[in-house]
Amino acid sequence: MNDTIAAISTALGVGAISIIRISGENSIKIVNSIFKGKNLEKVDTHTINYGYIIDKEEIIDEVLISVMKSPKTFTTEDIVEINCHGGIATTQKVLELVLRNGARLAEPGEFTKRAFLNGRIDLVNAEAVMDLINVKSDKARKVAIKSLEGTTSNVIRNLRQTILELLASIEVNIDYPEETDTIVMTNDIIRPKISSIRKELSKIIDASENGRIITTGIKTVIVGRPNVGKSSILNKLLNEEKAIVTDIEGTTRDIVEGEVAIDGILLKFIDTAGIRKTNDKVEKIGVEKSIKMIDDADLVILVLNNNEKLTDDDKTILDYTKNKKTIVVLNKSDLEKKVNLNEVQCDNIVYTNTIDINGIDSLKEKIKELFKNDLIESSDYTYLSNARQISLAKEADKILRDVELGINNNIEIDMLELDIKIAWEKLGEIIGETYSEELIDQLFSQFCLGK
Amino acid sequence: MNDYEIIVVGGGHAGCEACLASARKKHKTLLITGNKKNIADMPCNPSIGGPAKGIIVREIDALGGEMANNIDHSCLQVKMLNTKKGPAVRALRAQGDKITYPKEMLKTLEKEPNLTIKEGIVEDLIIEKNVVKGIILEDKTKITANIVILTTGTYLKSVILRGSNKKSSGPHGEKPSKFLSDNLKKLGFTIQRLKTGTPPRIAKSTIDFKKTSVENGDLKKYTFSYDNTPLYEIENQVPCHLVYSNEKTHQIIMENLSKSSMYGGYVEGIGPRYCPSIEDKIVRFKDKERHQLFLEPESIYYDDIYIQGFSTSMPEDIQEQMVHSLEGLENAKILKYAYAIEYDAIDPLQIKQSLETKIIENLYTAGQINGTSGYEEAAGQGLIAGINAALKLEGKDPLILKRNEAYIGVLIDDLVTKGTKEPYRMLTSRAEYRLLLRHDNADIRLRDYGYQVGLINNEKYEKFINKKNNIAKLNEILKNTKLTPKREINDYLESINTPRISDGSITLYDLLKRPEINLKHLKKFLDTNINFDDEVVEQVEINTKYEGYILKAKKEAEKMINLENIKIPKDIEYDKIHNLASEALQKLKEIKPTSIAQASRISGVNPADISILMVYLKKENRI
Repeated sequence: MNDTIAAISTALGVGAISIIRISGENSIKIVNSIFKGKNLEKVDTHTINYGYIIDKEEIIDEVLISVMKSPKTFTTEDIVEINCHGGIATTQKVLELVLRNGARLAEPGEFTKRAFLNGRIDLVNAEAVMDLINVKSDKARKVAIKSLEGTTSNVIRNLRQTILELLASIEVNIDYPEETDTIVMTNDIIRPKISSIRKELSKIIDASENGRIITTGIKTVIVGRPNVGKSSILNKLLNEEKAIVTDIEGTTRDIVEGEVAIDGILLKFIDTAGIRKTNDKVEKIGVEKSIKMIDDADLVILVLNNNEKLTDDDKTILDYTKNKKTIVVLNKSDLEKKVNLNEVQCDNIVYTNTIDINGIDSLKEKIKELFKNDLIESSDYTYLSNARQISLAKEADKILRDVELGINNNIEIDMLELDIKIAWEKLGEIIGETYSEELIDQLFSQFCLGK
Repeated sequence: MNDYEIIVVGGGHAGCEACLASARKKHKTLLITGNKKNIADMPCNPSIGGPAKGIIVREIDALGGEMANNIDHSCLQVKMLNTKKGPAVRALRAQGDKITYPKEMLKTLEKEPNLTIKEGIVEDLIIEKNVVKGIILEDKTKITANIVILTTGTYLKSVILRGSNKKSSGPHGEKPSKFLSDNLKKLGFTIQRLKTGTPPRIAKSTIDFKKTSVENGDLKKYTFSYDNTPLYEIENQVPCHLVYSNEKTHQIIMENLSKSSMYGGYVEGIGPRYCPSIEDKIVRFKDKERHQLFLEPESIYYDDIYIQGFSTSMPEDIQEQMVHSLEGLENAKILKYAYAIEYDAIDPLQIKQSLETKIIENLYTAGQINGTSGYEEAAGQGLIAGINAALKLEGKDPLILKRNEAYIGVLIDDLVTKGTKEPYRMLTSRAEYRLLLRHDNADIRLRDYGYQVGLINNEKYEKFINKKNNIAKLNEILKNTKLTPKREINDYLESINTPRISDGSITLYDLLKRPEINLKHLKKFLDTNINFDDEVVEQVEINTKYEGYILKAKKEAEKMINLENIKIPKDIEYDKIHNLASEALQKLKEIKPTSIAQASRISGVNPADISILMVYLKKENRI
């Protein structure tokens, strides 16, 4: 039986509806476990169902879900499609949830392949499909290799080499138990090695996720008390640049209201509904809502009134932004300065006023300053370009975490080695190197053995 | 009417298993060998087993072969290796007596009513339309048979080398077969030249053992065979000794390097990396100040000591200097000089999983002729070749062991799928499902096959079934017996240094999962009339304690089996499949994999090629 696969099946565009397609034996069960609405395991086939995607209690997105049961589906397997409304970031999040609950990320062309293998596609078109599969996988392979040329693949390769030497050191003890001149590997010896490998790996994963932020956009929120000038700042930012404004109504989260590129850095303004729609001057966003918004953001623009002392609400929000990339905008700089800067304690402060364009420019400069490094880092340093690679790196890391648990539980080293080997293979998949005779070659080049 | 049903050519470890399997399956069998005295000879190290290899010996026993039983009757010392590691990598090794081992094997062969043994050198095969019909001896005698199994060891065009001295000879100065490999080449086989070597033997009486350290056998008794009880006494085991090479030894070797056959350029064959000569080790690992050398007794009936780790192709005078540089061996007398040996082998890509050759029907090959090295590897193949030859006569499907079922399966699959450019030795690292391929469960894995092919008799099989039932029974008892947090139970748990039960209840099965708990600790919670023997207890303990790891390995294996079950038809025309990468096309045509799983293990065949292949098969309605 085929396992269950999932992927975003629409092109990743800005603001459009994205569809996540899940195919396989467990697709309905998996989606049902993260769905609040009807019991999808009991609905009729070929129905569309309204509800929410939830992560434990938290609502992620308001969605429409199509349930199509085997065999009358594209792949002939059970298929579920989730219509997400919340933009790329939310769609990614929903996909991650689906993967976490038991599906596997589909390979390029895998749905088509399944459709074909299960006889769904007309056999007359067989040759064409074969061409397609070939081109797709070949292209995917080339793209993957290309995107990994240089430092990234070297870092993965070095990491694999470190693991390979570790594996060989353990296996040499197994195959040559009486070689007293080789070091006998123990859990204590491998403990620091595993932890340093994990450290390297988390660096790669972090940098990659950072890289993903850069390419898919920086989630930006503008927060502040009513009437401090949030909407004018937003409008100025959007109007000054070629803004793409794509309102999507009726979703609960992550309303991407506008995007703007500042020197190649893509900003996505999230949850600005409250700001832009409140022409009646009564803004409804309270502190609690602000805090929730800050949680989800990559960048916080906190707007304060230069002309007023900090209120308790301001202080609460300020405190909450400490661990986030934050720019404090002191608006109304044309008026008398009443804010106590010692209380603000933020490295990134800019002054603006709605009449003067220079203020907005300095805000943009600040944004560039904050993200320029990430941009360089992620294009230069270890940066896995796609979700498949990141998910493989995460899997490898998770397996190594299990190894650490095993070390603590005094599991025999040859058992732990089985897991270390799987981690090594996962990393190999990232750079397209799979298991071969490498380990045995290593064994003989690293150690002096013989009869 | 043929003279015989099956002829086995060569009486080494592969040949013995092959002819016994065939004869025991009631087929009229001929074993033809150069010299009866050398049947089941151990021309190199005096030991059987070791990591991975020891497990092969257990598998041979589970399937109904002879090696395990034979070493049980001829061991000088026995050790369980890797006892400090997990159960997956434990393995037995025995020092074997080089006189007793062949003698016992010959006795067994001679007892076999359907088996005839004949001396002779085979130089050609009788072939009609790519089907083998018999053999032709050196004196042109023809002997006909339905099936021929070649287990020629190192005897195809063998050349022995010491320095620049080269002579055409097998081990012990036996006559090699000079033309058989040329004739195989004419039939279309690719012949490759391989090399191996052996260290010098010295007189025990001339060694100063005070300068060496003793290596004794284990203080617990073991047998390789599931059906034997130990036949030796712990205190009567013969010890080995350990010495080291030193600066002086290394200096002698470096100064005379060009005199060795290897470095002097006299060797054509490719030697194994796992078994380098001492000169190789010193050249390749310059930083190592010393190398371990084991002094191993060859027999209690004569004086030779084998210096394990000291294989060389130096001329005799340099060997004298080398040996005398070792501590304790200053005055040692060399009884037999070390040598390198070159021989012909076929490319194993030309044989099928059943060990029948792809080119010539009814011709099977096993052992060193297939590019392997080692007694155990040879015996494992010999047994499978013997079984499959007999099954073919009987019109039945061959026995093909999967990679998750046996090291023998890994061995044969590696050979016929990947080929080998050096003598192939089995290593634990070659088995991706080693956790399933344990020393302790070879019978669980393979005895059913042994019974089905008719090499395991009813009595042995009933004993095995009984063991399996007891394992299931004990498992059930452990899963169904629950402990509650009563005071006396918790006091007991504390007394054996394991955490108390806090609330609810715990089954004995879950309690056994704790690393500090074994079945003896739980005995007081079981009925007194419940008694299980050690083998049953061992299985239950391992399966319980390592359940998580074993399940993971089984899941991995299942994925492979799914692909194994997608068969590639014999008559597939790869040229008709569009889009296959050219390297993949060439490899697939050459190796002719029988399943998608095997195809995916071929180097140069990529996942995209596998998809295309599957699509093609689907389109043709073949899967």
